[in-house]
Amino acid sequence: MTYTMGIDLGSTTSKAVIIDDKEQIVGEGLTNTRSNYLIAVKVAEEDARLDTKLSMMRSAIEDSAPLKRVNDGLFESLLYSFRYRYYSMKIEKLKEYCLETLNQDIYAGKRGNMQAVLDEVFKKIDEQSEAIVQDTLYDKSRFFRDITGSIYMQSVEKIYKDFNVSFDDLVSIYDKAIIRSENEITPLSLSDGIDIGIREQKEMGTLDDNQVKLIREIMEEINKEVVIDSKVGTGYGRQLLPFPKDNIYSEILCHGLGSHHFFPDTRTVLDIGGQDTKAIQVDESGMVTSFNMNDRCAAGSGRFLGYIADQLSIGVQELADLAARAKKVIKISSTCTVFAGAELRSKLSLGERREDLVLSLETAMAKRAMSLIARSGGVSNEFTFSGGVAKNQSMVSIFDNLVKQHYGDIKMNVSPDSIYAGALGAALFAKRRG
Amino acid sequence: MEKQVKKDRSMLKEKDILAGYYHDLGHAKEENKKVVYTFVPGNMTELIRVFDAIPVYPEILALQSGMRRISDGKIRVAEEAGHSEDVCTYVKCHVGMILQENIGPTGMKLPDPDLLLCAYSGCFTFMKWFEILKKMFDCPIVMVHVPYQADGEITDGMRKYVTDQLKAEYIPVMEKLTGKKYDQDKMEKMMELSSSAEDDLVEVLQSAKNKPSPIDAFFGGVYYIGPIFNGFRGTVQCCDYYKLLKHEVNERIAKKLGPIGPEGEMKEKLRIVVEGAQPWVRFRDNWKVFYDEDVVCVGATYTKVGGFYEWGYRHDPKRPLDSMADYCMWCMPNMNLPQRVDLIEDYMRKFDADGFIVASIKSCNSYSAGQLAMLKEVEKRTGITGGFIEYDIVDSRYYSLANIKVRLESYFQMLNEKKREGRMN
Repeated sequence: MTYTMGIDLGSTTSKAVIIDDKEQIVGEGLTNTRSNYLIAVKVAEEDARLDTKLSMMRSAIEDSAPLKRVNDGLFESLLYSFRYRYYSMKIEKLKEYCLETLNQDIYAGKRGNMQAVLDEVFKKIDEQSEAIVQDTLYDKSRFFRDITGSIYMQSVEKIYKDFNVSFDDLVSIYDKAIIRSENEITPLSLSDGIDIGIREQKEMGTLDDNQVKLIREIMEEINKEVVIDSKVGTGYGRQLLPFPKDNIYSEILCHGLGSHHFFPDTRTVLDIGGQDTKAIQVDESGMVTSFNMNDRCAAGSGRFLGYIADQLSIGVQELADLAARAKKVIKISSTCTVFAGAELRSKLSLGERREDLVLSLETAMAKRAMSLIARSGGVSNEFTFSGGVAKNQSMVSIFDNLVKQHYGDIKMNVSPDSIYAGALGAALFAKRRG
Repeated sequence: MEKQVKKDRSMLKEKDILAGYYHDLGHAKEENKKVVYTFVPGNMTELIRVFDAIPVYPEILALQSGMRRISDGKIRVAEEAGHSEDVCTYVKCHVGMILQENIGPTGMKLPDPDLLLCAYSGCFTFMKWFEILKKMFDCPIVMVHVPYQADGEITDGMRKYVTDQLKAEYIPVMEKLTGKKYDQDKMEKMMELSSSAEDDLVEVLQSAKNKPSPIDAFFGGVYYIGPIFNGFRGTVQCCDYYKLLKHEVNERIAKKLGPIGPEGEMKEKLRIVVEGAQPWVRFRDNWKVFYDEDVVCVGATYTKVGGFYEWGYRHDPKRPLDSMADYCMWCMPNMNLPQRVDLIEDYMRKFDADGFIVASIKSCNSYSAGQLAMLKEVEKRTGITGGFIEYDIVDSRYYSLANIKVRLESYFQMLNEKKREGRMN
């Protein structure tokens, strides 16, 4: 089997996708780009390699009659054990970094109470670990940062006053610790992780010695390095990748091809990422035929939503729920990211509701993107929405309505894996270029 | 670190010409030579030189400040003096320069104007610009109204309208200012030289029909148009420069060589036509994006801003003032949108271009208005998708290399993929 890899080094997130010779995705990796581009790529790449080995393992177990007889959930059980250990190690590291940060001089005098809060918070995080690992067993599009960050913030918010410490200090500690934690490779080999599962299954009497031997043989086979024939890089930081020039592709071409791979009948792709918005037209083979994107101004990009969320002191993932409770759309004069806060505050001071404002700002942002779509050639068949902003259900719904209003009854696609569209496109180019 | 590239002899000659120009400007007052501030589009260089006066082009001063990366500071000075952020950045750069003791891009103090000659009225900003300069320098001003080619042609009435202004307003003012009578014989001789240089320039620009093209018509083009638009048309120096340039280009054709790019010989993977001006503050960076992708510009509308010769116009020694009037009306900004579309289409077809790019200028409405409509029209006529980029001429705040790279590389890679799959129109 030959594999090719695509790496999308984005301004906010770094993604890696590995595909097999049938152009099927076998591995995905994702991390935050924030601090260091090259480390982020390494983390994402390792993550995708690991994911590929797990895919291979799943196929091998399913193809093995003696193992298939054990129970249908054998692979899931082993995967769960591995993922749980992996997640726990990341949490341990995160806690270690939080405590190290707490040792800085600026926290002297309040360290005792803050540590007590951190102990409580990490207890909560530990308590929820099993459920989180179970929920995200196959979901490769959620960030460790977002998952743990959500529990951390909620837990801190509940107790910080009782301990008479600053909420902002604790947020700052998390921000510093998570950057260190997410930009390092977790030192758990697949063999070691799976071995934990094997031992558990054996103790439970689910596996006999022969079956354990079979699994270990499979492990030995697939644990050899996943050999990648060719790699293509894309994304905002693509020039930093140590690839030959011919193996660097623009994210517009990669997003077009990747989205087309998810939805072969799509002819228009809208990708809204952290820094820019791209309207892309593709042909029947996924090749870009025309495109348009925002200028250097980030108005109407994902960053705009980030600012709105910051201004409202909520997480960006909470915007959609807020917008869902809106009762009306208010006229918004600017989608300028710099002025988003001022716009929001002035309307709030006039008595407008937060829910209505979020929907209105999202609508204004979507209308700006509709102009780019029109300039790129409009929508003729199946419209695909991708990028980080496509995770926002409210934005999905706004675009669905706007596209139907402007272009008729057009089918709209949003892939749960859309965050990987660029990396997938890069992997497809890698395969086609050889 | 920037790679040093061996310069052609023509480039060195151009450098000498410009050094001489600034030397003359520096000594203008002591040699009692009058200084005329005027604009590049439809410039009346011969009609200034015929009175032994020296032309100064404020937009050239601004663009040279941009290339030396000193325009931003001057723009800030003008903004602090009250000029809006949305005003043309050439204007603000120049006004800022004057407010800082009129120190030019080379660091030399420039002489104040003895006359302001606004010989192109197609850009409303030009008129306002010279109104500002009039207040700053309190010198005579002549504004020649140049009719727009709304119907895509120059009529006898339009020509007469311009020549009447030259005879009744400009020439009497210059005679009074310099104490010299208008010399028709001298003017005819200058126009012979102009016409000869124009023939050679056209041959150079048309050489892009070759494969590989021996020239880069957009980035390299900036150098090729230097002497003819920057005050030397009608001089022996100018003719000599274009003869040398043509000779070098012919040598490149014979050797099947591409143009010299920012880091040496260019390979030619794609042939592109460009509509729009340069981001002078990031000129090299912008060219480098093309260079890195092996993209050669075979046609450009920008090099027609000062005057347009490729459809046959020449200065005519037999009818100097009439042909000068025609020249004013034949500069690219004075052509209507269908003519500009025809020009792009012409290049696309005759030079066998793979694609075209429209570069929109943030602070120049006169250049940028209608560009999207032009893009759509060229796409319709040629069946080739165009690329679109946005930046500013001399204000670096409006240039984002990352954004420009994504757009250009995406466009070039899109064309390359189409070519690879044999799906080019």
